[in-house]
Amino acid sequence: MKKFIILLFLSFLSLKAYADTIKVGVLHSLSGSLGISETTLKDTMLFMIDEQNKKGGLLGKQLEAVVVDPASDWPLFAEKARELLTVQEVDVIFGCWTSVSRKSVLPVIEELNGLLFYPVQYEGEESSKNVFYTGAAPNQQAIPATDYYLEELGVEKFALLGTDYVYPRTTNRILNQYLIDKGIPESDIFVNYTPFGHDDWSKIVADVVALSADGKKVGVISTINGDANIGFYKELAAANVSADDIPVVAFSVGEEELSGLDTSNLVGHLAAWNYFQSADTDINAEFVAKWKEKMGEDRVTNDPMEAHVIGFNMYVKAVEAAGTTDVDAVREQMYGLKVPNLTGGMAEMLPNHHLSKPVLIGEILEDGQFDIISQTEEVPGDAWTDHLAESAVLKSDWKDLGCGMYNTDTNSCVQIKSNY
Amino acid sequence: MRHVLNFFIFIFFLLISVSAYSNDTIQEFIENNHKLIAKSSSKTVDPILNDIKKYNQDDVKKFLILWKSKELSIIKDSSLIVYTEKNEDTIIAYDIFQNNEIGKFTKKQLKSIKPNSGVRSKIDSALVEYQILDEDINVRRESLQSLKRDIQKTHLKILRKAYENEVDINFREEIYKVLNFAILKFSKSEQEKLDVLSYFSNDTSLEVRASLNNLLNTSDILLTNNKKITGNIARKIVPNKTYKKNDGTSNYILSSYSSNKPELTYNDAYDLLSINKKVLPRITKKIIKDSLVLNIEILKNAGFNINSLNNDLNRLDAYNYLASINVVPPFITKEEIKSSVDKFTFYTEYNEISSQVTNKTKETLKNINFRVNIYRYIDLFVDGISLSSIYFLGAIGLAITFGVMRVINMAHGEFIMMGAYTGYVVQQYIPNHTISILIALPLAFIITFGAGILLERLVIRHLYKNPLDTLLATFGISIALQQLAKNIFGTQARPLTAPSWLDGALSINDDLSISYIRIAIILMGLLFLLLLLFIMNRTRLGLEIRAVTQNPIMASNMGINPDRINMLTFGFGSAIAGIAGVAIGLFSKVTSELGTEYIVQSFMTVVVGGVGNIFGTLAGAALIGFLQKIIEWFNPSNTLAAQTYMIIFIILFIQFRPRGIFALKGRVKDV
Amino acid sequence: MFNSLLKDTNHRQVLFFCITIILFSFIITLLSDLFSVNFISTSFIKTLGKTLCLCVIALAMDVVWGYCGILSLGHFAFFGLGGYMIGMWLMYKRTEIIVLTASISESLPLTPQEISDAIGNQIFGVVGGSEIPLIWANADNLYFQLAMVVFIPGFLAFVFGWLAFRSRVTGVYLSILTQAMTLALSLYLFQNDSGLRGNNGLSGLQNIPGYDDTSQSVISIYFFWASALFLILVFIFFFYLVNSKFGSIITAIRDDETRIRFLGYHVESYKLFVFVLTAVISALAGALYYPQAGIINPAEIAPIASIYLAVWVAIGGRGNLYGAIIGAASVSLISSWFTSGQAPSISLIFYKIEWVNWWTVILGLGFVVVTLISRDGIFGFLKRIFIRKV
Repeated sequence: MKKFIILLFLSFLSLKAYADTIKVGVLHSLSGSLGISETTLKDTMLFMIDEQNKKGGLLGKQLEAVVVDPASDWPLFAEKARELLTVQEVDVIFGCWTSVSRKSVLPVIEELNGLLFYPVQYEGEESSKNVFYTGAAPNQQAIPATDYYLEELGVEKFALLGTDYVYPRTTNRILNQYLIDKGIPESDIFVNYTPFGHDDWSKIVADVVALSADGKKVGVISTINGDANIGFYKELAAANVSADDIPVVAFSVGEEELSGLDTSNLVGHLAAWNYFQSADTDINAEFVAKWKEKMGEDRVTNDPMEAHVIGFNMYVKAVEAAGTTDVDAVREQMYGLKVPNLTGGMAEMLPNHHLSKPVLIGEILEDGQFDIISQTEEVPGDAWTDHLAESAVLKSDWKDLGCGMYNTDTNSCVQIKSNY
Repeated sequence: MRHVLNFFIFIFFLLISVSAYSNDTIQEFIENNHKLIAKSSSKTVDPILNDIKKYNQDDVKKFLILWKSKELSIIKDSSLIVYTEKNEDTIIAYDIFQNNEIGKFTKKQLKSIKPNSGVRSKIDSALVEYQILDEDINVRRESLQSLKRDIQKTHLKILRKAYENEVDINFREEIYKVLNFAILKFSKSEQEKLDVLSYFSNDTSLEVRASLNNLLNTSDILLTNNKKITGNIARKIVPNKTYKKNDGTSNYILSSYSSNKPELTYNDAYDLLSINKKVLPRITKKIIKDSLVLNIEILKNAGFNINSLNNDLNRLDAYNYLASINVVPPFITKEEIKSSVDKFTFYTEYNEISSQVTNKTKETLKNINFRVNIYRYIDLFVDGISLSSIYFLGAIGLAITFGVMRVINMAHGEFIMMGAYTGYVVQQYIPNHTISILIALPLAFIITFGAGILLERLVIRHLYKNPLDTLLATFGISIALQQLAKNIFGTQARPLTAPSWLDGALSINDDLSISYIRIAIILMGLLFLLLLLFIMNRTRLGLEIRAVTQNPIMASNMGINPDRINMLTFGFGSAIAGIAGVAIGLFSKVTSELGTEYIVQSFMTVVVGGVGNIFGTLAGAALIGFLQKIIEWFNPSNTLAAQTYMIIFIILFIQFRPRGIFALKGRVKDV
Repeated sequence: MFNSLLKDTNHRQVLFFCITIILFSFIITLLSDLFSVNFISTSFIKTLGKTLCLCVIALAMDVVWGYCGILSLGHFAFFGLGGYMIGMWLMYKRTEIIVLTASISESLPLTPQEISDAIGNQIFGVVGGSEIPLIWANADNLYFQLAMVVFIPGFLAFVFGWLAFRSRVTGVYLSILTQAMTLALSLYLFQNDSGLRGNNGLSGLQNIPGYDDTSQSVISIYFFWASALFLILVFIFFFYLVNSKFGSIITAIRDDETRIRFLGYHVESYKLFVFVLTAVISALAGALYYPQAGIINPAEIAPIASIYLAVWVAIGGRGNLYGAIIGAASVSLISSWFTSGQAPSISLIFYKIEWVNWWTVILGLGFVVVTLISRDGIFGFLKRIFIRKV
């Protein structure tokens, strides 16, 4: 027992071996409820690092991945981030999934001046000096999808269904205001929140169907997360809700999530992302082929993966330009960097730490893939939404203003650290 | 602004279409408009759909159908729109109308044309006039379906013609209904509308309600300082006093505790006036602040202490000072707002001109809604039964192991999970869903029966004297099994697809429907109940189980082997959980955490119902299921709240009936 | 006098415990970043500090279950509530400082309404609100919130315990009820309308308001020491409590409640007292724990956390204070070591055992084995071996 404790103890100690590599921290849950989504991202990172090493590494050094498992536990994210930065001394971290996990990591990473690439679509209203947001902000996903509803499908009544956590809450708050600004009365916006992994959808689906009783076209905007989607879509199919009558556009359902579902009843429902596996470009075809070759024929690619690909490519370019992995030097080089999107065009890193990316809307096909029916030009990501009064005055510009929360009314920086 | 923009877009396309008129073939028309066709949007597609109608009917029909079904492509170099067929690596392009091959292309040279569903429904709508008179009844039906979604003014005439020409009596009736919708929407004749309203007076369907509600659409809020207002008035709005009812009328708010919010507050009403340029804009707190900031130097010079401007009163003083020297417009007090607002009348009008029509609509809707409400109560009841049956299924295994044997099996949820995974695995090998379920059910029974017996032999039998220790030991088993499932099947939810004959729902009408799968679960719950009652009360095994649980020593004296009976009972309880797992997996999903979701609820079901009584479990499940549905009914936007309040209710309930609904009579030793 | 103190085995045990913990704390401090030895990282100091807090709640659990026989599967609810109460102050104060600092650059001083709007928007903006709920009314007052750390969980425990013990809900029923209580509480907190940021919880708690310039390596040592001292205090308190007459009565209640009742003791009051007391101590431990963890959210008080607590105590050895501490410290530390992926995988020929995946299985089965073989856990097992040798 004693020996065991000593052994245990030793393994916690910081052993500082200065091997000449560039360390890339990968902070994705490999177990727990988010394990499945995040494991794919870990695989993506290992794949990218491998590819880069084949090309001869970076700055003449090899890249070394340091993988830790925060086990879908929010406090553990903070603990592991600290461990990565202080014990393992990584140069950059790629990681996090839910907004809560990001908010948990933020204070640590700002305190220790780390660098995090966050690859998931999120609710905005944040801009940290130490985080690059390679996923979509609301104006790169939610707002265009709502516009599509309003303009293309003529939806007049909205059901905003979401899982009860920060991303749906904030997104729906923004959409609510946006719709009111567009002339939709508040009484025509139905909002419902359900817990993670919710099962009993019959009442909610019936409520949504009943919304059309007043003769207005109803559309569902779904921010339902993870497993709960399975029950939701099953009930939708059982209630015979066709996409022509009541379309559903989802912000958290991609190729990966659909692979757990029989999609034959969901054909025609929508999803909005910045990337679909079906994107028709050479660079995407090449990426998908390589990915399948390495991981197996039945593995799919999805939007957060593309975000990591873009993020990693940008990091590599920035380090090459800076000639060092020093966080501040690399950050300076990030602004204005352009790397190709897998969906065509170039992604540019903006001074507010967000990307400009095209917005895609896809219809679900029988085989679980998406048929892209709308693709915009690159849309610059907006950290602070223009649709809420208190955020509209805020601006993020780390390049010239050096502030992530700059009040353009009073011309002052509200705070340097981000809110968490 | 948007309207202006739309107007320009319209003019723009008008110009394009004018140029199209000079061409004489549809082929050229398509070529000229290739950009709009290839990158279509429901905003821009209307002119094309209008103009194309002048060409040969069959050609137009063919083209529109191909376009709608995403079978057209555009050749990137020549901008030619073609019909394509895939042939291994190459794609062969055909001329749309002549069917002759244009050439072979690679995927990169072509771009397939994908109209979005908004455009598709517009194409459908344009196709109506060609299809509603088609020879094939299926085409006619489909066409009517798509027409229903988006009835246009032009359809009124087409529908009348189709109604007269239709030979199929049933379908004629359907057309008649849609025709009536069109009449309500577009007819000019008041009498015709009134007739339709009488025709619909007993119809509770969603589309009828939708159509009637459309008649009650009102204008934006209008205002006048005339005492007398004319027109088909929907409601008068008294600021702070009236709220809007669903039928477009208004009513007074009776008490301040009412959930109805006033439609207009005095401030809203005043803002409305100022938008209409009747009064000066209201001075809000923000305006005060901005004006103070702007004129801060003046204030400093006038001797105001800037630091004291940290509350609204002082700020107002400063603002009034600024107003007094005419730097800013004067502040408008509450009284002024009220007196300005009181000079005006606020009201809205119905878009429908005839008050006879709107009155009759209101009356008809009232009748319909009364019926609809009854259906909704029935629906709530059905929902309650459905949820109760799910809870019952989750808890019924526990009713035996915990209820009868008094063994706390925290791994019970994992037996449910095992059953569900069994269903999933079977489905991997047997693709036919009906057969796979038929195999999965007995297989789940066997597997969980075995697992139950193993657990009883290895662990539980050593701990019969310490129920609390059983709780902890079985919890250990529970987390081990859960992690094991994760290691084997991964954390992602696995699909367990129901046979196709369980797809869909039994709908009596639009408000009363229940999916077949839920009916199946209700039936399964009933079946289990009967089976269990039969086994416990009518078989030798049941007799022995009851004997052993009541008095093991006496039972063994009578020649029953308590060891064996305990083992069988536990196995039996576990096996029932396994079967329940298959059922639960069918309607929701299969994950390793399936069990944890049901365990606490299941225990509460058994405890609330009363330990040791199968009817008790049924009563407990019914109580919990209905309660949850009723709480959800009152607070539909928050499902979590329903669960919270339900648990709190149960905690309180157990305080008052610690032995549950069906308490065992007589002396019962504590577990 | 000191000598006579030492003669009493009881006192000697306590002294031994205190000295061990203090020595341990000193060694850890000396090896930490603080003295630039850098032998132990800040994140490990935090882990140790948190483990000490877990030891405290394990002590509380041991008293309520091991000594008094109430298997509460809801003590983590109190632990979490304590964390929430202190978290409200930490978050509010931190945000207030940010808002006030930012307001300096504005030309007009802010009105109280504007300040609270700005704070509300910062704290609740991320969860779709902007108004400060009523329960935050006194969140800027440290003493008030500290009082709440004691009062809210204490009150909840009192109401729940009073209802439960009054109607003589015992044994397994009580366990299930306590589990339902913590489930209800966590579901309630998961709602956004609860006013405690729903699933997001309270975050950034490691930043102590007013100590912005102090580095985390120092703050973590402070909290580590505070946790150690708190553990010592609680240990001493419980030690004398269980060895007093009161202790004998509650142990007797555990062993035969009915008999004690017939002897004229008001069993319900004793149980209620123990329940509330341990709840309050759990809450205080939580209030120390969460500033070290940095974030609290409702998942922390899900029923499973409380069951794990029971598992720690049972593995360590219930009915013995050392057992609780051994169980909590060893299982939680080993768990975090195994699940962190630091433990080397074992490659068998046909299968690679990754501890991340298999640790829970082993823990679960190990727990079954402990329950079956040694009812008094590791400590009891060691004691038996030790005594046999002597």
